[in-house]
Amino acid sequence: MTGFTEIWSYLSQGPLLWLTATLAAYACGDAAFRAAGRRPFVNPVLVAVVLLGTALWATATPYATYFEGAQFVHFLLGPATVALALPLWDNLGHVRRCALPIAAALLAGSATAVISALGIAWAMGVRGEVLISLAPKSATAPVALGISDAIGGSPTLTAVLVILTGITGAIVATPLLNLLGLTDWRARGFAVGVAAHGIGTARAFQVNPLAGAFAALGMGLNAVLTAALAPAILGLFL
Amino acid sequence: MIPALLTLFLCQLAGETAARALHLPLPGPVIGMVLLLALFALFPRLVTALRLVAQGILGHLSLLFVPAGVGVVGHLGLLGQSGLPILAALLVSTVLAIAVGALTFAAVARWTGNHPE
Repeated sequence: MTGFTEIWSYLSQGPLLWLTATLAAYACGDAAFRAAGRRPFVNPVLVAVVLLGTALWATATPYATYFEGAQFVHFLLGPATVALALPLWDNLGHVRRCALPIAAALLAGSATAVISALGIAWAMGVRGEVLISLAPKSATAPVALGISDAIGGSPTLTAVLVILTGITGAIVATPLLNLLGLTDWRARGFAVGVAAHGIGTARAFQVNPLAGAFAALGMGLNAVLTAALAPAILGLFL
Repeated sequence: MIPALLTLFLCQLAGETAARALHLPLPGPVIGMVLLLALFALFPRLVTALRLVAQGILGHLSLLFVPAGVGVVGHLGLLGQSGLPILAALLVSTVLAIAVGALTFAAVARWTGNHPE
């Protein structure tokens, strides 16, 4: 009989183990989300990240080894972004009719995200590379990494800040927007897409299809605007 | 399913190529999304062909962020050092951005007489 250590060292070399673990952790997160009555604070991404982070720490597995398996899931982010054309197409009529609210909310939401994040971090003593890496955190991950790299930040740190922003947005959006008494799904979805990119968009789709389509639109437009705004606003803090 | 996946991949591939060749500040997949939207306008039958696969992928959009999210473990040291200011900045700015964005949208929609159905 082969020992456990041998089997483990065999499995930990291939992608199967951590790919399976990623799906299993997400299944747990999704089950917890449903069991909690689909409440936003039980975020499936957050649950899965905590489970997998603990597993990596407990088995002393480097992130690079984990990512060899998880990259197959990560890869699908690209085609999924392309697929967002479908909900946009389905709601094109809505989108056409509110070009003005869209433009205004995009500018206001995007500028608020960058200015308030940099302002708070700066006031609390954050400087240098960390501050720079914070500037593009509301943009979708691939854009944010490119911006961070171009303005002298750390792309890997920005990736983490982007994910944390997305999870924060997905958790606070529903209670916050209810508190503000906003019932327009277009406004709710669009603001969440601008502030919390794909993770916020995923959350918006869980709540309402129209909100999801507007979130996808907000995410796409803010990717463009952040590329222009983040370096300019950052200049005020350096 | 294969033609639908092929369409998505081709749009992304064209987007990545355009982004590199023209030095666009946008990521390839976002350009691919715009391209697919244009294809839908040209060939409306494509929408039906893609619907099942696209909805299948988008139904589990959250899952796709898990691998990148696990990358947080590599930065726990830094988050320990300047964790409080970073988390405060993320939380407050996200709350403010969502509130300001949504209130602006609703206000401008009201002024322009654009009511939700």
